Amino acid sequence: MPKLTIDGIEVEVPAGSTILQAAEAAGIEIPRFCYHERLSIAGNCRMCLVEVEKTPPKPIASCAYPVGEGMVVHTDTPMVRNGRRGVMEFLLINHPLDCPICDQGGECDLQDQAIGFGSDHSRYAENKRAVKDKELGPLVKTTMTRCIHCTRCIRFITEVAGVPELGATSRGEHMEVGTYVEKALSSELSGNIIDLCPVGALTSKPYAFVARPWELAKVDSIDALDAVGTNIRIDARGPEVLRILPRLNEDVNEEWLGDKSRFALDALKRRRLDRPWLWRDGKHVAVSWAEAFSAIADKVNGLAGDRIGAIAGNLSDAESMLALKDLMVSLGSANLDCRQDGAKLDTSRRDFYSFNTSIAGIEEADAVLIIGSNPRKEAPVLNARIRKAFVAKGTPIGVIGAETDLTYKVTHIGNDPALINALHDGAHPFAQVLRDAKKPLIIVGQGALARADGAAVLAAAWRLAASVGALLPDWHGFNMLHTAAARVGGLDLGFVPGAHGKSVAQMLDGGVDVLWLLGADEIDTARIGSKTFVVYQGHHGDAGAHGANVILPGAAYTEKSGTYVNTEGRVQRGFMAVNPPGDAREDWTIIRAFSQLIGKTLPYDTIDALRARLEQVNLVFGRIGYLPRFGCSDLSGPSGDPAALSDAPFVPAVANYYQTDSISRNSPTMAACAQTASEATLLAAAE
Amino acid sequence: MAGSSSAGFEQPASFTFDAESEAEVAKLIARYPAGKQASAVIPSLYVIQKQMKRQTDSAWVPVKGMDALAERLGMAPIRVYEVATFYFMFNMAPIGKYHLQLCTTTPCWLRGSDDIVAACREATGIKGWKETSADGMFTMTEVECVGACVNAPILQVDDDFYEDMDREKTLALIAALREGNIPPKGSMSGRQNSAPEGGPTTMLTLHFAPEA
Repeated sequence: MPKLTIDGIEVEVPAGSTILQAAEAAGIEIPRFCYHERLSIAGNCRMCLVEVEKTPPKPIASCAYPVGEGMVVHTDTPMVRNGRRGVMEFLLINHPLDCPICDQGGECDLQDQAIGFGSDHSRYAENKRAVKDKELGPLVKTTMTRCIHCTRCIRFITEVAGVPELGATSRGEHMEVGTYVEKALSSELSGNIIDLCPVGALTSKPYAFVARPWELAKVDSIDALDAVGTNIRIDARGPEVLRILPRLNEDVNEEWLGDKSRFALDALKRRRLDRPWLWRDGKHVAVSWAEAFSAIADKVNGLAGDRIGAIAGNLSDAESMLALKDLMVSLGSANLDCRQDGAKLDTSRRDFYSFNTSIAGIEEADAVLIIGSNPRKEAPVLNARIRKAFVAKGTPIGVIGAETDLTYKVTHIGNDPALINALHDGAHPFAQVLRDAKKPLIIVGQGALARADGAAVLAAAWRLAASVGALLPDWHGFNMLHTAAARVGGLDLGFVPGAHGKSVAQMLDGGVDVLWLLGADEIDTARIGSKTFVVYQGHHGDAGAHGANVILPGAAYTEKSGTYVNTEGRVQRGFMAVNPPGDAREDWTIIRAFSQLIGKTLPYDTIDALRARLEQVNLVFGRIGYLPRFGCSDLSGPSGDPAALSDAPFVPAVANYYQTDSISRNSPTMAACAQTASEATLLAAAE
Repeated sequence: MAGSSSAGFEQPASFTFDAESEAEVAKLIARYPAGKQASAVIPSLYVIQKQMKRQTDSAWVPVKGMDALAERLGMAPIRVYEVATFYFMFNMAPIGKYHLQLCTTTPCWLRGSDDIVAACREATGIKGWKETSADGMFTMTEVECVGACVNAPILQVDDDFYEDMDREKTLALIAALREGNIPPKGSMSGRQNSAPEGGPTTMLTLHFAPEA
């Protein structure tokens, strides 16, 4: 490890580091535009100039200059300051002076650095460059005259997102960043280029001219629209959520965020349930909380426990699921299910239903097999991690399932469940790849389990994992990729049918007389029995609310403090950013209030008491944020019979990434994205 | 033109390499180690441009051609667009049948390139640079030094240099091109390559010893 001195501070960094990285280790900030620690080094903005002793007497771009033993670097000399001032002057030659109408204003790197290195006047009297704006789809707004050609967006889309669609065409004064042929970006991670853009060239289209960053209240939370548990920051002004940005978490999402999670927020103001409703005389009428509760109480009182059931939806927080479970148990019901899709998950052991390797662990894998899943659509941020492993080490990746572009090269083994057993028997060449790997990784998607032979698929996948050496004392290579933020939490707290309890399918078709839907919109609502009394507790007037007898207005994930367990089994906590609209309430309080009305008062009055109860139900809820890595010491598999596979091909769990839940289905932005994506598919099919 | 593929002209709906181009591209790819076939992108773009010239009398590179090449070389299409737009030798829009490339860099300018430009404008009716004559026969492009300063001024027609030009020779050349007669390339003053005009001027008295 070379030792060098930067501004008199001695620092030791790994060989191959750049001066800029060494300076960061020494706590010295060097201004930069093009350098980004998660992207390749471009070295084209020249803002990071420093002076290095005993090199030719000229400023050096520190982001692209490797450190050497005994190097002496100065980051604040007249030469450095002049150099940076010169670079800034050149950058500003063609940059418009439109900060007052630019959405980046207030959080703009160019603005900030111009404070330090900009001149108070311009020597440039000529016309500025005119550049046509590019159309990149419904999410990213472009103002290309502001572009300073740092190429971060190009590198992100090419390297991280794996959808090389952006480039720099022409050269010199005429260089333009864009797609060259007019087309919308097809990446599910395209919103991240807005964050990466150091100037206002790429800004959020839905957020255009909405707010200034200093007006916003910022609240840390957890994304609930997929099962990755992306760490987010919710920016709100008054009662309105105005934007959602990713938060840094190296173990989960690094600093990326999927487009759905970033842009579906406009649905939080649309088709909201803001007061209780009661189905009376053929229509929904607005009622008070008391009327709504008493209508339910009338039905529930005296009803046998096994005629009451509850289904938890994909966006539910663990607190409300536990409150509902406790309520159901107190009513004598074991009819609970949080698996709306009917996935045949085995809940007897936690590692049967979680992403055991951990998301960061994907990078260690040296062979990957994906079964019945399209991670690009089901968990784009996690897919970027798989791509990262592929790019770094060329990790071989096999797919059993539908053939699609996952943004990395895969060996498509086929789409026949029997191939899992073929791999187990070594009848396919990819079996050897898995066996030769030291850390093989198997990912099972919900598309592989939400089918009649799901239990068999699960057992077969586990048996394959055991036979190829994916289950080791120090490496757990069996992974379940969920699509719902609520799923693992629901399974952890046992929101599954109890003894003689009914599953989702059994509760439908009149299997119960009172059915409590906690934001459950993805079940086949047409199959709910006509005599079943439906209580819908949720935040959007979506599928579940339509035929409901009583509608209880709850809170969306931005409006409540909630605990979510991501697909890894990582327990994370989000905080309330805004209040629920109108009469809507945080979900657990609704259930708690109702329990009191029917005389089965739940034993918690505060969220802290409820969380203590969560921890009592399952110890994992006491471990917030942190996830220990573990191996697998017990090879005995889930209960299914690996031989009982059908020959029906796997169908991906998520067909339309942009519209998967009651929030994203009600978002105009997501509708526009879905439209753009389907048009692009049609166009590609026509060629 | 620079940042987008469509500006007042139509892109062909499809492009396929013809047999001649196929052979050329295969030869180019074979020059590079396996897996490094992307290195063949620049010469292959010329192949596309030449094929368009053969097929449409206009040497340019359409988007569909770049897409076909990207597919052949295993590159993302945008990477081919980047290369093609970087080099001005590739025409990203249709041009006339003959591409008049006029060098106006200092040596040519000192030797009278202004006259050549004026003659070209007069003969073709083209007003500005990168414009095509009304009859579709000629496109005029201003180019930087083409590296033949000894024979300045230069008028490059497609791939061929016409050297030692002057106003009359230019008018005659364009008239001949219009007729479809392509005069022999090289010096128009009759000298051999860049040898002195009117015969040798140096080493006149040099005698070699007879070989032993």
